[in-house]
Amino acid sequence: MTSWALALFLRDLRLSVRVGGSALVGVLFFLAVVTVIPFGVGPDLNLLSRIGPAILWIGALLATLLGLDRLFQADRDDGTLDLMLMAGRPLELVVLIKCLAHWVATGLPLVVAAPLLAVFLNLEPLAMGAVTLTLLVGTPALTLIGAIGAALTVSLRRGGLLLAVLVVPLAIPVLIFGVSAADAAIHDPVPFLTPFLILCALSLIAAVIGPVASAAALRFASD
Amino acid sequence: MAFWDYANPTRFLRLVQVVLPWLTGLCVLAFAAGFYMSFFVAPEDYQQGQTVRIMYIHVPAAWLSMMCYSIMAVSSLGTLVWKHPLADVSAKAAAPIGAAFTFMSLVTGSLWGKPMWGTYWVWDARLTSVLVLLIMYLGLMTLWRTMDDPIKAGKAAAILTLVGALNLPIIKFSVDWWNTLHQPASVMRMDGPTIHPDILWPLLVMAIAFTLLFFVLHLMAMRNEILRRRVRTLRLRAATSAHPRSATATAQPAE
Amino acid sequence: MFEDLSFSLNGGSALVVTGANGIGKSSLLRTLAGLVPPSHGSIRLEGGAADTPPEEQAHYFGHQDAVKPALSVEENLQFWQNFTAPAPAPGFSVRSVTPLEALDTLGIGHTAQLPAAFLSAGQKRRLSLCRLLVTSRPVWLMDEPTSALDRRSETQLLELMNAHLAAGGLIVTATHSDLALADVLQLHLQAADAAALPVEDALP
Repeated sequence: MTSWALALFLRDLRLSVRVGGSALVGVLFFLAVVTVIPFGVGPDLNLLSRIGPAILWIGALLATLLGLDRLFQADRDDGTLDLMLMAGRPLELVVLIKCLAHWVATGLPLVVAAPLLAVFLNLEPLAMGAVTLTLLVGTPALTLIGAIGAALTVSLRRGGLLLAVLVVPLAIPVLIFGVSAADAAIHDPVPFLTPFLILCALSLIAAVIGPVASAAALRFASD
Repeated sequence: MAFWDYANPTRFLRLVQVVLPWLTGLCVLAFAAGFYMSFFVAPEDYQQGQTVRIMYIHVPAAWLSMMCYSIMAVSSLGTLVWKHPLADVSAKAAAPIGAAFTFMSLVTGSLWGKPMWGTYWVWDARLTSVLVLLIMYLGLMTLWRTMDDPIKAGKAAAILTLVGALNLPIIKFSVDWWNTLHQPASVMRMDGPTIHPDILWPLLVMAIAFTLLFFVLHLMAMRNEILRRRVRTLRLRAATSAHPRSATATAQPAE
Repeated sequence: MFEDLSFSLNGGSALVVTGANGIGKSSLLRTLAGLVPPSHGSIRLEGGAADTPPEEQAHYFGHQDAVKPALSVEENLQFWQNFTAPAPAPGFSVRSVTPLEALDTLGIGHTAQLPAAFLSAGQKRRLSLCRLLVTSRPVWLMDEPTSALDRRSETQLLELMNAHLAAGGLIVTATHSDLALADVLQLHLQAADAAALPVEDALP
């Protein structure tokens, strides 16, 4: 049972690394977002360090969303998706594994880049660690929720923007608890663990809802 | 005309083979002299102490980051205007080297800034411009990676490089303006009133060493790129060549 | 799309679906492949694994090659071998071959290590065809299997199809060209205004 899952995981990982280095583009976009914000709010380091966790989270959200539109579309365009539906493997698991590979190729680099980008925003080491940890736990939820949007827009030529519009409202809880957990770690009186555990719960819920909903959408999309 | 003689990749490779050992040797010598001078000859700064020695890496790297972009811009002109066959190879080979020098100047700059500003990063006009330059380098590298056909990718990247070259002064100007708007003269200027010869000489030698290093790396990267393209052509040809053994084979059911 | 269409097919025989463009040959094949749900009616594969739906015992060879240009030819094929579940059936005995054997069979063995992006259209088509060999499934659903193939590859394809039939497999194919298959039934689709809707039954 595991060999087909591993084959799918490795194939998706290979594809995302080889096709235009999507991991690099995501991190680059993340960097660009973080660079642009100070031009808007001004270079005041105190202000930046206060809103730093939020900037990093929003940057990660946008970078995740922009990378998602090809998650299923590339497979649909060349007929792979039809064959996957016929392969005799549970589609929900297929979606989950594809999301996992996608997260490792594009989400994990964002998490790794976060501490570096936090330097630009003058975050304290503690805040840096907190933001990175919340991103590590929270970005899988963004990918899994985004997969629903990717599955719904799979048949559209230019689904990328619509995907973002569909998914952003669904991603709001993740953003709320991600940022508040990171903030709680910085400002003392608020407990860190409460929002952090809720964030973990959100990721786990997304790991169920995302694949089930995406698989249903993909079955309909095969018309 | 010598410039056009080396448009032929084979001739260019032969030239590289002759020039590269000498250039490498010179580069090693220059670095040996440069490091010796900057660590043992140059004096400590009365304000900054030993940290001033970071300057001998930082300033040449920053200088190279800009020179590299100029070389890419000239190469891009070569691609689009003169259609020199090696121009896009030169531009493509220069981009990662430029990005590396830019990154080095950013890292050394923030290490240097830590004791002075108390933080690794400030949104100083100069640092910010260099960061924007780094993003442009990385964007160009991604553009090259994303396109399969090296000729098409070379043209697209050449256009972006030239637009970037025209835009860089505008970016620099607006970043300066943005910075003074928000933060009137709160950041220390790095360049002191006058540079003492004891500091200037090591700096110049290091600058020469870095420039030589750039040319060594650039020639090596160009050679690799030419070879990489030859491998690609060979493999394309290998795919089209008919296979002699295939004519009689059929699938046999195993009964 | 169609009404009152029913046919049955025995092991070792092929059904060739013909008809004008747009009549629904591809839709019929996609329905059989489980990609389009039939509005009513059912598709059954007797003698196969009971709890496996028919489409999971079939190979679909459509217009799209499902070849990833960024992967090497062998990686492409190896993935499909690992990913697709084989479907053993009692009256059908063909072992799955290894990717390299399949590539050699179709005369593109020399490209195994090259990125699939370097292949020509016909070579990609043949690579896609190799997919049917590396995982053994009794039913082949083939939509215009000869398109983009040269004459020699077409002969090879026919040999493969005949070998598949000889081993007890089923083939349903939509085509415009004449295929010299061993045991053929014709299903001619016509527009609905024709009084008699085309129905053909299999020989025992």
